[in-house]
Amino acid sequence: MFVVGAGALLIAMGLVLYRLYAGPTLYDRVLAVNAFGTLTVLFIGVLGFLSGRPDFLDIALLYALINFVGTIAVLKFFRYRAIGDVSASPPRQEGQE
Amino acid sequence: MSVSATITDLAGWILLVSGSAFVLIGAFGLIRFPDFWSRLHAASVIDSAGMILLVAGMIVQAGPTLVAVKLVLIGVFLFLTGPTGTHAVANAALVTGLRPPGDDAAPRDAAASAAEGTGSGAPGGADGAGGASGGAAGADGAGGANAGGNP
Repeated sequence: MFVVGAGALLIAMGLVLYRLYAGPTLYDRVLAVNAFGTLTVLFIGVLGFLSGRPDFLDIALLYALINFVGTIAVLKFFRYRAIGDVSASPPRQEGQE
Repeated sequence: MSVSATITDLAGWILLVSGSAFVLIGAFGLIRFPDFWSRLHAASVIDSAGMILLVAGMIVQAGPTLVAVKLVLIGVFLFLTGPTGTHAVANAALVTGLRPPGDDAAPRDAAASAAEGTGSGAPGGADGAGGASGGAAGADGAGGANAGGNP
């Protein structure tokens, strides 16, 4: 029955990848990447149970951490066009992709 | 003993299958919903209901071991960061100027609606003049125009 969960997660990852490819705005793509990261964490956990090696859960936890930080970093970069010191560059105005 | 083990097993499978169903529902919503602001809800279904049910099913299947502790850690972390990430995406889109369709508070949409409205109340030219009070009056007029035009 873990196969059912793994299959559902794989199908959902494919659908989210379509939204990542076809999303009209930048924020659709960031939302799709965020959802894809969550699905990847769940898929790694289910795969650990499926293969009888639950040690994969450490990798899943690490992936969850990196996914959150990466989402915030991408959003900050596209807002300020800089990752580190944001005071040097002005925030973007509206009307841009 | 065997009966309780069977019931625990069955509960784990039910949680896993329902979590898979919620994940699929969220992914289909992410494909099928028309604009960004409604796709946020579909992504939240994946982040909240699907994740909680799948992790709970895996915890029930794992039993009281170290694996369950790791799964609880993953669940708590995703429970905290999923809505935070969704809020960050929505806030960035709102600040950049993306607006839901039919939103009266959008400056450009309000000006366009007030310009093409039939003059219910204040004239539409006051909206183009700018200023806080002018913008509020224009938004009110646009709201009236939209309420008249939608049905």
